[in-house]
Amino acid sequence: MTVVVDYEMGNVASVLNMLRRVGVTDAVLSRRPEDVARADRIVLPGVGAFGRGMANLAAFGLVEPLRARVLGQGVPALGICLGMQLLASGSDEGAGGAEGLGWIPGRAVAIGATPERRVPHMGWNYVTAVRDNPLVPLDGARRRFYHVHGYHVVPDDASDVLATTPYGADLATVIGRGLVFGVQFHPEKSHRFGMDLLARFAAL
Amino acid sequence: MVLNRVMPCLLLRGGALVKTVRFRAPAYIGDPVNAVKIYNEKEVDELVLLDIEASRQGRGPDLATVLAVASECFMPLAVGGGVRTLADFEALYARGVEKVIVNSLLLRAPDVVAEAVREFGSSSVVAGIDVRRGWRRTLRVHSASGARAPRDAAEYARRAAETVGVGEILLASVDRDGTWAGYDLDAVRAVAAAVRVPVIASGGAGSVTDVRALFETTPATGAALGSLAVYQKRGMGVLISFPPRAALLGPDA
Repeated sequence: MTVVVDYEMGNVASVLNMLRRVGVTDAVLSRRPEDVARADRIVLPGVGAFGRGMANLAAFGLVEPLRARVLGQGVPALGICLGMQLLASGSDEGAGGAEGLGWIPGRAVAIGATPERRVPHMGWNYVTAVRDNPLVPLDGARRRFYHVHGYHVVPDDASDVLATTPYGADLATVIGRGLVFGVQFHPEKSHRFGMDLLARFAAL
Repeated sequence: MVLNRVMPCLLLRGGALVKTVRFRAPAYIGDPVNAVKIYNEKEVDELVLLDIEASRQGRGPDLATVLAVASECFMPLAVGGGVRTLADFEALYARGVEKVIVNSLLLRAPDVVAEAVREFGSSSVVAGIDVRRGWRRTLRVHSASGARAPRDAAEYARRAAETVGVGEILLASVDRDGTWAGYDLDAVRAVAAAVRVPVIASGGAGSVTDVRALFETTPATGAALGSLAVYQKRGMGVLISFPPRAALLGPDA
């Protein structure tokens, strides 16, 4: 069973629908700790504020079950957009910042606005792998994804950066450590590029 | 840099898709969710969905239809029509809409739009500005809902972007809507020159050439397609389709 965690951070039905579309027939939306505890794969989507995302995970009693299943038992996990940022140790977003899940050491920091660089970064952009990885392989294919974010994750260990998006600087938009992955963009809003990525995740 | 975008602009009336000519004579097109599934196949960059009767009827957005569309939509979705309060914005974002388009609300209560920009971020709020040619081709703001409209369209767009703070402008030409006669390129240039936010042009696209002309000769970064996305050809029957992206944006886009 593939559990798409629905913790009231936006409509995540399109994530579920795209997973089903690529053949993940066992995908379900759930916020029940007992579903997380027996999931074969976990997707953590979400849009909105970092602090509220962590607060909702805590309120639904999901933080410890997620950690136990992903870090303890090694089930593959994929964070999408806010879900990717929650994988980090913390975020600068909000007054005083907030603690994250800490599965991939690093921090979500604001994208600095410049006259040439609007914030948030919103729109289609090309994503380039910087090291071979299961989600966005180094195969020379051009992959286009839809991005919406004002913060980006800077992993402590540069080897956790799997792919980047050029936006003023090369922002880490695919990160991973072991079987824990995060993508900053929205595969579920990125047509066949997103389907390809989700299918690759589902094959792990 | 983000990439130029091409998108269907779909009109919703009574839960069904329709297509207008010069904002009149809505003709039945079909079911919105079926159309979205086809646009998924066509890999359009975004989808615009406008409820053309909500504001006139004084009601809010059709949330059930929006939820059904958003759940099937594998591309970003912008929705407009009937947005009156912050709660309407919130209800749309919660259903998976990326951007909310405001048109008559911007005419009637720009302070509410400014509040939405502060609350949800400029990139999530789009100004829908309808324009038509007046005496001596002056560019006027058109009010489809009956709200009072200012005269100077470029100045109105400038205020929307700078004072109200919207992140994007969807500029629709009433005169060109449904005519297949090409975009009103001068109108796009006039409005784009007045603002620093991205402009999406709408109204008049009748061929791939029209779309390429828009990107090549104006600062617009988005092209909305109405008739081309829902009809087989001019004067012919309904066909939900979309020109290939490479034909519209070039092979490297």
